[in-house]
Amino acid sequence: MSVLVYIENTDGQLKKSAFEVASYGKDIATQLGTEAIALAIGDISSDELTKLGNYGIAKVLHVSSADLKTFVNQAYASIIASAAKQHNASIVVLSNTFSGKGLAPRIATKLEAGLVAGATSLPTVSGDSFEVTKTAFSNKAIASVTVDSSIKVITINPNSYAATETGGSAQVEAFNAPVESSDFGTIVKDIVRATDKISLPEADIVVSAGRGLKGPENWAMVEELANVLGAATACSKPVSDAGWRPHSEHVGQTGIVVSPNLYIAIGISGAIQHLAGVSSSKTIVVINKDLEAPFFKVADYGIVGDAFVIVPKLIEALKAYKGN
Amino acid sequence: MKILVCISNVPDTTSKITFTNNDSEFNTTGIQYIINPYDEIALAKAIELTNSGANGSVTVITVGEASTEPTIRKALAIGADNAVRVNANPADAWYVANQIADYVKKNSFDLILTGRESIDYNGSQVAAMVAELLGLPSVSIAKGLSVEAEQASIEREIEGGKEVVSASLPLVVGTAEGVAEPKIPNMRGIMAARTKPLEVLEPIEVKPLTKFNKYSTPPARGNVKLIDENNINELVNLLHSEAKVI
Ligand SMILES: Cc1cc2nc3c(=O)[nH]c(=O)nc-3n(C[C@H](O)[C@H](O)[C@H](O)COP(=O)(O)OP(=O)(O)OC[C@H]3O[C@@H](n4cnc5c(N)ncnc54)[C@H](O)[C@@H]3O)c2cc1C
Ligand SMILES: Nc1ncnc2c1ncn2[C@@H]1O[C@H](COP(=O)(O)O)[C@@H](O)[C@H]1O
Repeated sequence: MSVLVYIENTDGQLKKSAFEVASYGKDIATQLGTEAIALAIGDISSDELTKLGNYGIAKVLHVSSADLKTFVNQAYASIIASAAKQHNASIVVLSNTFSGKGLAPRIATKLEAGLVAGATSLPTVSGDSFEVTKTAFSNKAIASVTVDSSIKVITINPNSYAATETGGSAQVEAFNAPVESSDFGTIVKDIVRATDKISLPEADIVVSAGRGLKGPENWAMVEELANVLGAATACSKPVSDAGWRPHSEHVGQTGIVVSPNLYIAIGISGAIQHLAGVSSSKTIVVINKDLEAPFFKVADYGIVGDAFVIVPKLIEALKAYKGN
Repeated sequence: MKILVCISNVPDTTSKITFTNNDSEFNTTGIQYIINPYDEIALAKAIELTNSGANGSVTVITVGEASTEPTIRKALAIGADNAVRVNANPADAWYVANQIADYVKKNSFDLILTGRESIDYNGSQVAAMVAELLGLPSVSIAKGLSVEAEQASIEREIEGGKEVVSASLPLVVGTAEGVAEPKIPNMRGIMAARTKPLEVLEPIEVKPLTKFNKYSTPPARGNVKLIDENNINELVNLLHSEAKVI
């Protein structure tokens, strides 16, 4: 028996979420009295992969072949499922990222495994019963889900489980898995990545603004605040609908769900659909001129006033703080 | 082009979510149901691609009980040509995906569209499961889709950017914002929907693998601490020493 963890990378660098799934997998393995094995696909150095040892991973299976450098979900799913079989994994853990969402259901189907997407806790295991919590109804509820299959697939949201350093080193092994030509149904033609930007789903701090900002020309101060904090930028739905900001920044029930340590909402009213995407943030700061705005009900800290006055002051205060 | 659009019947986005029966079931009292917002995008795209039936047909499928029919009729009013309801409680994504895959096997489609996720159970599972069951390629979270001569080009969301992916049909795509603008039914559509075919099929036997058996609502958040706008340093201090986030 083992726990298999799928590790994602960007251009050979392990993602932050990779260490989170490693810790999650390791903690389940400890619970079950077994070991956590990791699997990574792509052009990644051994030095980079051994870092996983520090998060409790005993062994890293590495697949590197020229035709698997870019993401091919069928082929990747075949590899992960066959590693799970070879290593007798009873649980497969992935990150609930855009790629993870494409892979996990395929792996679950191949293994006839029940899938819990976006788990929020370690599973509770007793005898044959296996139960894990996840968010449901767009963050408006937490559900407890039981899984009845012998193999289980679990994905966890980025930022929802802390990566913990345990010390230790991992052994890296090449893994050769058979992939068929029919596994290459999708071909990546181009990758466009805003390299200077912090990825929203994985960001520790998110600075978000809404219709209160009046127009796209006023986003410079939002970007500057984000820069000072090393944060990603986000927006409410009407803002992206109006084309003030790209759709990829829209958070909420119909956008991206984030759970950063700090979410700063500027000129956003806090409609239920917006809150659905941000309510699991650890700390929420609201800046709004209207004390009656619903966002204050879920905020930890609030400033009532004009964003055009407050945000520049906040930038100055943070610069002074960072300077010390 | 024959397109199948998978429609999930979900509580209206403004619904207050509560539970009954010792918190083991979602309380449907007073809940308005709607087409899952992402499925509206899929449907709009399907209608666009077939040019309102001029170059093919759009079938919508729902796995759901009779109570889901108003939602299906709405999809017909928006412009789907015909509808299928698999008469069963959608027990889990595995159950739903198997029903849809079985229907596709018997009827064959060039393109199968789903939403990126259902806003109730938030799985993002059905699209890739259906694809795997059928041995088809898939893109789970698409923010752009175009089809030309049996070849699809899809913009896939990735962390901090996008990937452009090509695939030949048949194909499964889970649609997100950017793929199309949802369409609102007009009077003519609503009238036409009454007479469009809605076929009811009995489910195939599938054992669900997961069960949602207990719900709770997230803990209420603490009372907001209001900070005077002339005292911004206090916010910085609190974020540092109390919240410990900077
Ligand atoms: C099916 C559906 C799905 C939806 N999904 C989403 C979603 O995923 N995400 C989402 O965000 N929304 C979503 N919405 C929309 C949502 O209901 C709200 O309409 C939206 O969130 C409001 O955006 P806003 O707060 O930016 O704008 P508004 O509601 O217009 O609020 C602007 C706020 O700015 C404040 N303000 C104005 N001027 C200033 C100033 N100078 N300084 C400080 N504050 C100021 C105002 O007091 C107000 O509170 C959805 C709606 C539907 C129907
Ligand atoms: N009961 C259902 N009937 C038909 N399609 C469904 C059903 N449930 C989910 N889907 C489709 O699968 C997509 C993803 O749902 P999920 O995997 O539940 O997040 C939805 O956007 C729908 O297109």
